[in-house]
Amino acid sequence: MRMMIILPFIGIIERETTMNVQKKISLKDRYRILTRGLDWETSYQPMGKVFPDVGFEGIKIRNWDDFNDPFRLTMDAYWRFQAEKERKLYAVLDSFSQNNGQTAITDGRYVNTLKLFLTGISPDEYMAHRGFAHVGRQIPNAGLRISAQMQALDELRHAQTQIHTIGQYNKHFSGLHSFRRMHDRVWYLSVPKSFFDDAVTAGPFEYMVAIGFSFEYVLTNLLFVPFMSGAAYNGDMATVTFGFSAQSDEARHMTLGLEAIKFILEQHEDNVPIVQHWIDKWFWRGYRVLTLVAMMMDFMLPRRIMSWKDAWDIYFNDAGGALFGDLARYGITLPKYVDVPAKEVNRLSTEAWSIFYQYTHAAAFHTWLPTDQEMDWLSASYGPDWDRLYRPRFLHWRQMEKEGHRYYNNALPQLCQVCQIPMAFTEPDDPTRVAFRDTVYRGERYHFCSDGCKNIFDHEPEKYVQAWLPVHQIFQGNCGGASLDQVLDWYGIEKGVDNMDYAGSPDERTWKEWEAMRGRVAG
Amino acid sequence: MSNVSITLHNNDEARGLIAAIQKDNPNSVSHVYPGMVKIDCPDRIVIFRESVELEIGRSWTVNEIHLSLISLAGNVDEDDDYFAIHWNH
Ligand SMILES: [Fe+2]
Ligand SMILES: [Fe+2]
Repeated sequence: MRMMIILPFIGIIERETTMNVQKKISLKDRYRILTRGLDWETSYQPMGKVFPDVGFEGIKIRNWDDFNDPFRLTMDAYWRFQAEKERKLYAVLDSFSQNNGQTAITDGRYVNTLKLFLTGISPDEYMAHRGFAHVGRQIPNAGLRISAQMQALDELRHAQTQIHTIGQYNKHFSGLHSFRRMHDRVWYLSVPKSFFDDAVTAGPFEYMVAIGFSFEYVLTNLLFVPFMSGAAYNGDMATVTFGFSAQSDEARHMTLGLEAIKFILEQHEDNVPIVQHWIDKWFWRGYRVLTLVAMMMDFMLPRRIMSWKDAWDIYFNDAGGALFGDLARYGITLPKYVDVPAKEVNRLSTEAWSIFYQYTHAAAFHTWLPTDQEMDWLSASYGPDWDRLYRPRFLHWRQMEKEGHRYYNNALPQLCQVCQIPMAFTEPDDPTRVAFRDTVYRGERYHFCSDGCKNIFDHEPEKYVQAWLPVHQIFQGNCGGASLDQVLDWYGIEKGVDNMDYAGSPDERTWKEWEAMRGRVAG
Repeated sequence: MSNVSITLHNNDEARGLIAAIQKDNPNSVSHVYPGMVKIDCPDRIVIFRESVELEIGRSWTVNEIHLSLISLAGNVDEDDDYFAIHWNH
């Protein structure tokens, strides 16, 4: 028989079909039944009291019923698919552990990327769960609420599966034992932590734009693809598998983020400038957090997949261009300061790794200097300026190590009030000068790493003066004491085990024993 | 003209789906990465339930795409008989 299919934006298509056409409730009808009439106008309490958070951000909604999740996933299908994904993932994890998969990685140094992931990212998966639970509770539309609820459950699953997967490495390597405590306390982990704290303390609309759109749609590929491809290239099958399992929820999250932002923009023109500021803000916040990913890609993976620069080109410049072209009809433009990442691209990872090298005694993972071969790769990726500006620095530090004076920075750095990264970034147009910006607010001076961070502060100073800055907290005596030892104890960092260089670490010893064992078996 | 794109697992479950997409979207270009396949196509990609069913030899609901999906770029439109991704430029 012939069948007529009507496709929006495409028209009517006639196709020959061999299938039996059965009468059943269509996908669209099932979704309509699921999401319509689930809400009612409350009468015992005014609606404003039942949904208190939905009004204070200034977003105007004319008709809540205009929101539709195009995936139209019903709860029964959701549970069935998620259960299937879990079954597949845990089968792989079980065989990884049974076959001692951790011995098959390229090099012991690789595990440090997992330490960064578990302490920096996994607790934020949990925070994403809380954020979407909040959105689901506060938004008076059943369709958006169901999608937000599904995403809240997904994010909880991501946190759990990451903890389970990396737990296998915790049996053999250092720095993975107290990830939650470290996330809440350690200086550099305040960078991703404050990012999510900022998002979950925003209203439900800003959270949707911050995490649902800016993070999930615009930046998530830059976080997950490098970590997961890095895992694949370095023999870590367990991490690849949890990564793909989490990513399979991602298409739904991206779609929710895009549909939510379109919905907000279509409801009222007054929403446009508010949303544009959120896009500017969360693009910059997210980009600063990705500094840790840039460093992981360019310095920490024993086998490199691609440079940070390549990743930025593929996943931001190419994919982002089409997306913002789509949003242009609402009057939305590319985020403010979008030109700065391109100016910083050749040095971002080097500036970040240099911080960690100097503060290795206070880090929960190991550091090392790039080898000659790795420096050649960096100069091939980043051009002659890299050789001129940065190779001499690493060669100098190498010389100091040789002479028995490995360089440690014992001064506590000034932190940016917004992104909380030590003030080590240089001027967008001059890589030889450190960038400083400041604002005086109520008689106090606040410092920023960039125009992007200063712009965020200046819009909401009341929020960012409350930032929990790790260095300030140490000086105020809130981090276990005045000495480094006391602060490390308070962080949960085991001295001489979790911190310092990879060379001479217990991790290196473990790895060398495994290598020797392999040698004996092969010999 | 911008590309829309869909990224799928490169595994047995997704094999028929990938083949159906490639047949129904002759302008698409497929890139194979470790563990996944990214299919780009100018303006839109359409996946017909029927085409997938012919590939895998069993009935298939469009929802099942969630088991194979990794990432996508574009606006989604899903119904009983098709799954489409497009830009609104
Ligand atoms: Fe997640
Ligand atoms: Fe900053």
